[in-house]
Amino acid sequence: MGIKVLIADDEPNIVVSLEFMLKREGYEVIVARDGNEALEAIRRERPNLVLLDGMMPGLSGFGVCEAVRADLSLGGTRILMLTAKGREADVARGVGAGADAYVIKPFSTRDLMQQVRDMLA
Amino acid sequence: MKPDRRLLVAVLAPGLALALWLGLGVLLLGATLGPAQRAAVRQAIGPLLPSHGVLAVGWWLAGAALAAWAAHRLYRANVVAPARLANAARVLAGDASAPELPVQGGSAMRGIASAVNSLAAQRGTLTAEMARLVDEASRSVAEQRDQLAALMSELDHAVVVCNPDGRILLYNGRMRDLSRRLSPHGAEVIGLGRSIHALIDRAPIDHALETVERRIARGGDPSAAAAKFVTATEAGHLLQVSLAPVRPAAAEGAAAVTGFVLLADDITGEQAARARRDAELLRLTESTRASVASLQAALEMLDLPDLGLEDRERFLSVLRDEVAAMGARLDDLAESSLLDVMTRWPLQEMLGADLTAAAQRRIVAATGQPVAAHDAAGELWLNVDSFGLIQALTFLALRVAAVHPEPRMWLRLAQAGGTRANLDLGWHAPEGARLPATLAGVQSEPIDLDGTTTPVSVRDMAERHGGEVWLERDRKSGQPFFRFLLPLAASEAAAPAAAWPSRPEFYDFDLFAAGAGGALDEQPLSAVPCTVFDTETTGLDPGGGDEIIQIGAVRIVNGRILRSECIDQLIDPGRSIPEAGIPIHGIHPHMVRGKPTIAEALPAFHAFTEGSVLVGHNVAFDMRFLKLKEARTGLRFDQPLLDTLLLSSIVHPDEASHGLDAIAERLGVEVSGRHTALGDAVATAELFVRLIPLLAQQGIVTLGQARAASSTSQFARLEY
Repeated sequence: MGIKVLIADDEPNIVVSLEFMLKREGYEVIVARDGNEALEAIRRERPNLVLLDGMMPGLSGFGVCEAVRADLSLGGTRILMLTAKGREADVARGVGAGADAYVIKPFSTRDLMQQVRDMLA
Repeated sequence: MKPDRRLLVAVLAPGLALALWLGLGVLLLGATLGPAQRAAVRQAIGPLLPSHGVLAVGWWLAGAALAAWAAHRLYRANVVAPARLANAARVLAGDASAPELPVQGGSAMRGIASAVNSLAAQRGTLTAEMARLVDEASRSVAEQRDQLAALMSELDHAVVVCNPDGRILLYNGRMRDLSRRLSPHGAEVIGLGRSIHALIDRAPIDHALETVERRIARGGDPSAAAAKFVTATEAGHLLQVSLAPVRPAAAEGAAAVTGFVLLADDITGEQAARARRDAELLRLTESTRASVASLQAALEMLDLPDLGLEDRERFLSVLRDEVAAMGARLDDLAESSLLDVMTRWPLQEMLGADLTAAAQRRIVAATGQPVAAHDAAGELWLNVDSFGLIQALTFLALRVAAVHPEPRMWLRLAQAGGTRANLDLGWHAPEGARLPATLAGVQSEPIDLDGTTTPVSVRDMAERHGGEVWLERDRKSGQPFFRFLLPLAASEAAAPAAAWPSRPEFYDFDLFAAGAGGALDEQPLSAVPCTVFDTETTGLDPGGGDEIIQIGAVRIVNGRILRSECIDQLIDPGRSIPEAGIPIHGIHPHMVRGKPTIAEALPAFHAFTEGSVLVGHNVAFDMRFLKLKEARTGLRFDQPLLDTLLLSSIVHPDEASHGLDAIAERLGVEVSGRHTALGDAVATAELFVRLIPLLAQQGIVTLGQARAASSTSQFARLEY
């Protein structure tokens, strides 16, 4: 049973790269296109890590984060917020909502992969 | 009917008295006679009665008629004429400008009349002399006040001065414009003696006053104490308000605040633009971040050595896609008005010709070289920082003069199309010469004039105007010139300020002394704010479908008629206007077409009358029309009422007519513009103001007393 990573982002252009990269690292990758889909996928697939975009149609990434943290049965899910919302207030909100890490776009793929590895170690 | 009854008594009494006297004589005669003598007399006179009795009665009648005639003359001379004289004298006593007493009647009456007239004349000269002295003494005060008012009206800000209760003592034209824009129904909410709280909530003002007072109490500089706040109005506008306290100049330390000054700015549009810009900026930042993230990730994937051809193509298409998206976003940005609302240096409007003339003088003075000014543009209004711009021009001219011995410089201002103008500074360079290198980059050098260097360059100066500056050569002549691209003033701003009536009454400092409220009934008539109004109607029967077609109203504050605070509103009655009335009110059906209906116009009138006493001539008639609308509009007119007709009948109970024209003639008021609603309202206001001192002579001073006297006056019982 491999390590499952969920990518929740509505931008297909970033999903392409993230998916390619994570698969290359040997993870099992699931993709969700919006907030509600992401929440469903988390409940169904129980991924070890979620790469979560802040702005998505429907439920926002912050909302997903709060919902996951409110559900004790999902306590083991690690969340990395990966978003273009770069103001200090946004970072505070993401961490407050329960994100384990907050990465502002754009980012270096190498650093991101390192962070993913660290979080899954 | 009283005078007539008295006259009747006076005329009939002598006849009756004569009859009584004769009867008594006969009875007395009868009493002195013995029974036999009495029988003899009866026997002697009895047969004569049927034939000659008529003669005796006729004789008595003639006597009675003669006496009646005499009594009538005496009554006219000694009762009616003195009463008239007394009335006229009372008017004269109350109002020095009233007409002189008519010199008529018997010689004694004539004597009294001319004596009163000469007394009045003496008083007139005395009053005039006193007025002259007072006038002289107060002229400087008035001058200062007028200067202040003039200054206020010129101010760019909306200014209003209030007493501690928030009653308005002074406001300027901008404030009035602002309040008109902000009030929900376009009603007049700003006016002398009105409450500022109709426009700005009480809570933030109280809070600001408290802040200021606490700051002063803590020992802050009282003259610098001002508080700022932003508040939203009922109609959703945002007002930025600056509040400064008014304190008596002589007072030391933490003296009580006697009022406050408010400076208000409508920042709704500005705020909306700023919010839009912020939102747009944030959106742009975030979408750019997302795009760059996709680009970077895709690029880093492309760097991987073990990439298959298909994957490679996928990442390349991500690059193409994102680059196209970013380009489209930039295009959107360039097309949006976002870049136009960027913060600019504060600029003033200036007539282009004034700017070139000032620049010309300054350049001539600085370089000692002649400068020609071509103003081909006519009336161009610019939005400029004139001081900075002229400094920049002078700096350039000095540089030109430094490299050319005889530059023969010129200035030209011309419209550049759209909202821009070109301001050119040119010179005559020697034929075919190349431009000296020192002039090529001069726009970017810091301006240094008179030995002082500022960090500002000519280019910075142009950018302050949202414009540009460059060095150009004329296509035909090849002559060089510097060209500034400058913004034109917005056309509406260049238009002359809104025209105001010749002498608007925007201030009344007596309100500073006005007491804090108190029941209106307890206040003197002269201190109660009044709205004098009149209506024109299609007919006399509101219950039968007649409607109001015009409302005119004017306010009286502190005994002064505020002609600039008035309502003059035509109203579409929603029915035909009977031909019969048109010659009276002069309102033809085409004049009311498209005007507001009564339901649309009443809210503004209602707001106008708020907090004041309603005054009208035969006001019950107008009130009946207004009351009938109460159910439909939900607007209740429950203010205290005063009727000049009733007040006049209290002052002059003996006069037969209390029509508007008759009273005006009695009180020496010249009436013009009768039979328009506003004309009649103003005439009524004039009468009302003159009636106040006459009422005071009868001990009727307060509003409550006037209302009580009105309700018991002879006309009040006539039912309207």
